[in-house]
Amino acid sequence: MTDTSVIEKPRSQWADVWSQFKTHKGAVAALTVFVLLILFVTIGPFIWTVDPSYINPNGAEMIRTRNKPPSWQFPLGTDQLGRDMLARMMKGGQVSIAVGMVAMLISIFLGTLVGVTAGYFKRLDGPLMRLTDLFLALPLLPLLLVMVMLFRDPLARAMGPESGTFLLIVFAIGVTSWMQAARIVRGEVLALKEREFVLAARSIGTPSRRMILRHILPNVVSPIMVSATLGIASAIITESALSFLGLGFPPDFPTWGRLLFDGVDYIQQYPERVIWPGVAISLTVLSVNYIGDGLRDALDPRIRGR
Amino acid sequence: MKLKTALLGAAATLAFAPAAFAERGADGNVKVLYSQAVSIMNAYLSSGTKDVEVGSLVLEPLAGFDQDGNVIPRLVTEIPSVENGGISEDLTTITWKITPGLVWSDGTPFTSADAVFSYQYCTDPAGGCAQAARYEGIEKVEAIDELTVKITWTAPKPNPFTAFVGGTSPILQAAQFANCLGAAAPTCTEQNFKPIGTGPFMVTDFKVNDVVELAANPNYRDPAKPAFATMTVKGGGDAAGAARAVMETGEFDYAWNTQINPELQVQMEKGGKGQFVSAFGTLVERIEMNLTNPSPDLPEGERSTAAHPHPFLSDLRVRKALSMAIDRALLVEVGYGNAGQPTCNLVPAPATFASPNTDCIAQDMDGAKALLDEAGWTVGANGIREKDGKPLKILYQTSVNAVRQDFQALIKGWWNELGVDVELKSIDGGVYFGGDPGSPDTFQKFYADVEMYANNFDGTDPEPYLAQYLCDKAPSPANGWQGENVNRFCDPAYDALVAELAATRDMDKRGEIAIRLNEMLTKDSYVIVPLVHRGRLSAHSTTLGGVVLNTWDSELWNASDWFRIK
Repeated sequence: MTDTSVIEKPRSQWADVWSQFKTHKGAVAALTVFVLLILFVTIGPFIWTVDPSYINPNGAEMIRTRNKPPSWQFPLGTDQLGRDMLARMMKGGQVSIAVGMVAMLISIFLGTLVGVTAGYFKRLDGPLMRLTDLFLALPLLPLLLVMVMLFRDPLARAMGPESGTFLLIVFAIGVTSWMQAARIVRGEVLALKEREFVLAARSIGTPSRRMILRHILPNVVSPIMVSATLGIASAIITESALSFLGLGFPPDFPTWGRLLFDGVDYIQQYPERVIWPGVAISLTVLSVNYIGDGLRDALDPRIRGR
Repeated sequence: MKLKTALLGAAATLAFAPAAFAERGADGNVKVLYSQAVSIMNAYLSSGTKDVEVGSLVLEPLAGFDQDGNVIPRLVTEIPSVENGGISEDLTTITWKITPGLVWSDGTPFTSADAVFSYQYCTDPAGGCAQAARYEGIEKVEAIDELTVKITWTAPKPNPFTAFVGGTSPILQAAQFANCLGAAAPTCTEQNFKPIGTGPFMVTDFKVNDVVELAANPNYRDPAKPAFATMTVKGGGDAAGAARAVMETGEFDYAWNTQINPELQVQMEKGGKGQFVSAFGTLVERIEMNLTNPSPDLPEGERSTAAHPHPFLSDLRVRKALSMAIDRALLVEVGYGNAGQPTCNLVPAPATFASPNTDCIAQDMDGAKALLDEAGWTVGANGIREKDGKPLKILYQTSVNAVRQDFQALIKGWWNELGVDVELKSIDGGVYFGGDPGSPDTFQKFYADVEMYANNFDGTDPEPYLAQYLCDKAPSPANGWQGENVNRFCDPAYDALVAELAATRDMDKRGEIAIRLNEMLTKDSYVIVPLVHRGRLSAHSTTLGGVVLNTWDSELWNASDWFRIK
């Protein structure tokens, strides 16, 4: 049936994944949006070089530039102290996206580690799952408050207030949000362990380390991806909650969450003040979710190629 | 039973009110909105302003304060003074003469025994009275006869208008509360929710933390008042919602404490349904300078204590320069609008005690820079001043609050211009003002270089307030970090002057000393840098007349004079 005179070039697995990913229109759109957001917060400040915390030292001048609607001078308007919203959105986005990504990486790493170990090694299953239960039972916010109270000052002293707080926050969010991922991964691993290909691999004497890295992990990538995308969203939101309680970054340090909370007071007069950060957070969360969705489909060999 | 009779009486009187009296009850219903709901009517069992104020519609003290802070008679014929013999020459006794013929809302006569009872009620050691400070220093309260009450103090009392004066020390009816002394006080639900009083209104229905329904008191001493037959006090919501209910939708006639940002104030006033009223008491937003070293390198227990003076804030010139760089008028415009005034005083009112000092109002950036140059702080790398290789870096903390964060950002801008590196910190109000000695973030512990908050004093006499800055009132590990002298200010001359104030009786002389003390803390030393004199802001409907805002007493102090503008 097939024309044997044309031999297709051998394709790598990742090329397959990419071509499948491209067929998911939503995911491609989401990836575009996400890349644009990243460019906005990273390259943006080099093009739009206004200082996000600049307040006009001339009082009369400052009063006149407060709460301005969007204009050529201030493309997204100004806040109640005449600070440029576009610059603040860029600066805030850097922090929010970085917090989301790093906290997600920490929580995924921990979740996968615990999940795979618990699922694969029967003896460790009980203790590790009880540990997960313990973490799930801990009230998250009070725990975060205690961590911030205990470690903020020493860290701020060692690394400066901004990077110290950053490290503390991503770490705090990371270590308190790995449990769901661990549960899901463990379930998948338990099911995979009984499959024939694992039995086959074991029968030729594959050591545990290789077994996990080569046979188990690639097969649990899709649930990990899904929880990772959800993790970014919840990390951004947790950071906003901490900022609101005064336990996050210093108050003059803009993040999307803080810009949103600052804007709430002015929601009736200047709705754009909450719309900008709100739209940015929603776009990030939504696009990351869509990318996750597309990736899951692309990574699943049963869907791929259909 | 008595209450039921009273209510029936009230209903009957109301029905015939238009015929019997010229005006009482003629204007129908008035609706008041408190953004914090009322939970009790008895001021002795609550320190919440909302409870004290709504309670003052029913329960009255012997005398109150007017909008200027003067003492005015309520249930007495005149205000005692040394001249009329009401206050003894040695200032140890004060005698109040109750107006003859005065009756409670249930019709029984009001006597001196009720006042004596109220004193016993609040000073009962098992009772936990929230207003015990009003009765401090009293040796005994006696009923000389039916209509005469005599208070004897343990020591000469230059300001005797604490007990039975103002909304926080009202008179309870002895007959009603007889079984509610001491530990039984909080269990007397019926009494605490529906007290019998002498005020213009009486409670007809009380729903905890929701709504209080009141009706005009048929036995009120002025037969023509109050003009309203009923009053509804609704609770809940927030300041912006309360303001909106009066100014924009017109659902309510009066809203309490509508502290919202100035722009929103202007926008709401355009609605035309109501207006904002503001009055200035003694609340001052200020920056406090830490005279001790808060460095985290010091061991716990020595950090922020008198053992280690501050490396640079102990220099007067640095403190003064920081104050000079601030534009207070701009802060007011950004944060408070009509509800604030720039000030240089810790004691901004009453007029007798307020210093005329206005030196700090004008911003002087060049002067501030020159002062820092003079003090040896030279501009170094990236514009930060330094001396002996140490950068001028300040940690500036306050509570989480939108206006305070704006102030932080503005002041940081000015101080940066001055060449000072500023790190900001904001702490949850519950922690910051919580006073927990275990927390590093309380304003008393002051683990920062400067901090900002607002404070005021009760009543019209600043003596106890100024006495907070004595040497031994500094918070430290020894006293469990309690005390209001957060700066750890310590000046023997100041302590001596406070002692002199306590011993001075003449009002003009007291004023002079208080002004001097205030200047020692502000103008002379810049230990306290006052920023804004904050007022109380409330809103009332354009159809509600007779509203006079009062910051020295209950805000509803003259509700009996309110009327409907037709």
